Amino acid sequence: MSARSSSPASVSARDRLGDVVFRRLAIIAGVVILVALAAVAIFLIAQSIPAFLADPADLRGEPESFWHYVAPLAFGTVWAAALALLMAIPLSIGIALFISHYAPRRLAQPLGYIVDLLAAVPSVVYGLWGITVLAPSAVPLYIWLTENLGSIPLFAPPASGTGRTVLTVAIVLAVMVLPIITALCREVFVQTPVLHEEAAYALGATRWEMIRMTVFPYARSGIVSASMLGLGRALGETMAVAMVLSPSAIISLAILTPENPSTIAANIALNFPESAGLQVNALIATGLILFVITLVVNSIARAIVSRHERALESR
Amino acid sequence: MTTTAQRTSALPNAYTSGRLPRWFAPTLFGATLVVGLGVIALLASSGALPEFSIVLAVLVGVVLYAVLITVIANAAEGRRAATDRLVTSLVITAFVVALLPLISLLWTVTSNGLARFDITFFTHSMRSVIGEGGGALHAIVGTLIITALATVIAVPVGLLTAIYLVEYGRGRLARAITFFVDVMTGIPSIVAGLFAYALFALIFGEGVRMGFAGSVALAVLMVPVVVRSSEEMLKLVPDELREASYALGVPKWRTIARVVLPTAGAGIVTGITLAIARVIGETAPLLIVAGFTSSMNYNPFSERMQSLPVFVYTQYANPGSQVDFYLERAWAGALTLILLVMALNLIARLITRIFAPRARR
Repeated sequence: MSARSSSPASVSARDRLGDVVFRRLAIIAGVVILVALAAVAIFLIAQSIPAFLADPADLRGEPESFWHYVAPLAFGTVWAAALALLMAIPLSIGIALFISHYAPRRLAQPLGYIVDLLAAVPSVVYGLWGITVLAPSAVPLYIWLTENLGSIPLFAPPASGTGRTVLTVAIVLAVMVLPIITALCREVFVQTPVLHEEAAYALGATRWEMIRMTVFPYARSGIVSASMLGLGRALGETMAVAMVLSPSAIISLAILTPENPSTIAANIALNFPESAGLQVNALIATGLILFVITLVVNSIARAIVSRHERALESR
Repeated sequence: MTTTAQRTSALPNAYTSGRLPRWFAPTLFGATLVVGLGVIALLASSGALPEFSIVLAVLVGVVLYAVLITVIANAAEGRRAATDRLVTSLVITAFVVALLPLISLLWTVTSNGLARFDITFFTHSMRSVIGEGGGALHAIVGTLIITALATVIAVPVGLLTAIYLVEYGRGRLARAITFFVDVMTGIPSIVAGLFAYALFALIFGEGVRMGFAGSVALAVLMVPVVVRSSEEMLKLVPDELREASYALGVPKWRTIARVVLPTAGAGIVTGITLAIARVIGETAPLLIVAGFTSSMNYNPFSERMQSLPVFVYTQYANPGSQVDFYLERAWAGALTLILLVMALNLIARLITRIFAPRARR
């Protein structure tokens, strides 16, 4: 957005004091953001180095090495987030389609608000809800699953008696990322060219065929990047996991047992208040790893979006 | 529903023949819901299920509907129409499924939270409270102080950056800022908390806890939101307004301050309100750097400071011997928090609603 008319023969006026001050202030603000982000990286790295070099015996749980300490946490983080996305993505696409193409047009906006309400609920409230409502009511289902489908590693017995399992966490996370993915999907679904849709209908397509032929091809990269942004949010979510999960330092695919791999963020929140010295460094080091993971995920999402935008422009 | 044509004449209509009548799908849906309720009620009363569950009943009804409508449509209308009907029922189901947790959550928070949503809750702190009584005044005050300070840090930085990006930004610096604001959007809140801790530990020594450090962490989370929303709003200001102002000989900075900003004002304020709503419920960073306490602390620059989300967490996580009183306070805190966030969202929408026409001129 250009406010300046930059004609080739522009005459440069004398800089007024107010202009100079204002421009400097704006630049300083921008630079402050860059400095702050650099500071985040530098401080995290500086505070993590002692943990990387430390004698592993000083770490919580006395693992063989720092990496043995991190591995179950990193696995749990990715595992819980992946399960959450597995549930959230199809649901979000369905909801977004419902709002953009199925619901009566006059209802679309209020329905959008209702889904946005889910995003307005603070994560600590989700945690409280997950542990007091969702976990207990899911226990019968978990017992049934382990008894009948126990041969599948995912549902390996024994079932947790409290419901504080990875699956419960994944459900809570799915509910939390749902509004984000839905909002972004809805945005791209609505942008589908109306001419494409009408052309599909004119060829005799049913509503679903129209969606498959016009909306999905148009929105594919939007769906992918929305999912990646949701993934980034699920990876970094702290309180809901910290409150719901009963953690232990293991790597296991079973999602219904009382022994679950914790996540990096939840581990930090649970242990930070009682940690001191090297343990704090170790927690900050895991935080750095989380930062890197989310950075990679978000960068991929942004790259997909910008490639899509370029493809649209060149069309 | 999808059947569109109407039966207007007695003659077979080319558009409606071979299609299920319009009333069929809703009627079938109602019928399957009743069947689902009946089946679950029967199972519950015969002891096969531990208790009657409305969620399970609706689920049975919906699955039954999806199967039946597909089979019936397949027979009456053909395969393509059957697929379409199946997808329609799945899409509607997805929406209903998403509503379940929302309704359940709002219901539990309201019904559990009202027990202690009383005057004591808003006039007392938790100082020397072991069982009954006590309140969240110290947490509410803490949340207001911490969030206000975070806003004071984040809004000037974010707004000026947005102005830079829209009005001045050219070349490498502007691209770098845009990119890193995107990066900042993805910072997990707990990492922001760790950053604030690392920063303040450097200055004040290890184990530092203070409200202001919490504000810094929240500001890190708030800045990218403020930049993004303000940038969008500033871009909406038509260039003609700027050019008219320049043509009158008004300096650029006055043009921005007196023409651009007022025009985009409502949108910017809305964005800021939404940014506040986003960080006011943040728990993790405050748990780390602001700590928790049961006493009132008005000074954000020294000692631990309780905040409302952390209050909810600590009431739940560290209950004394009388667990119920602590849980009741946690729910009341959660209710307060949700009301606070919703009020902020409502204010944001009202601002847009009231000021939008003028901004759009």
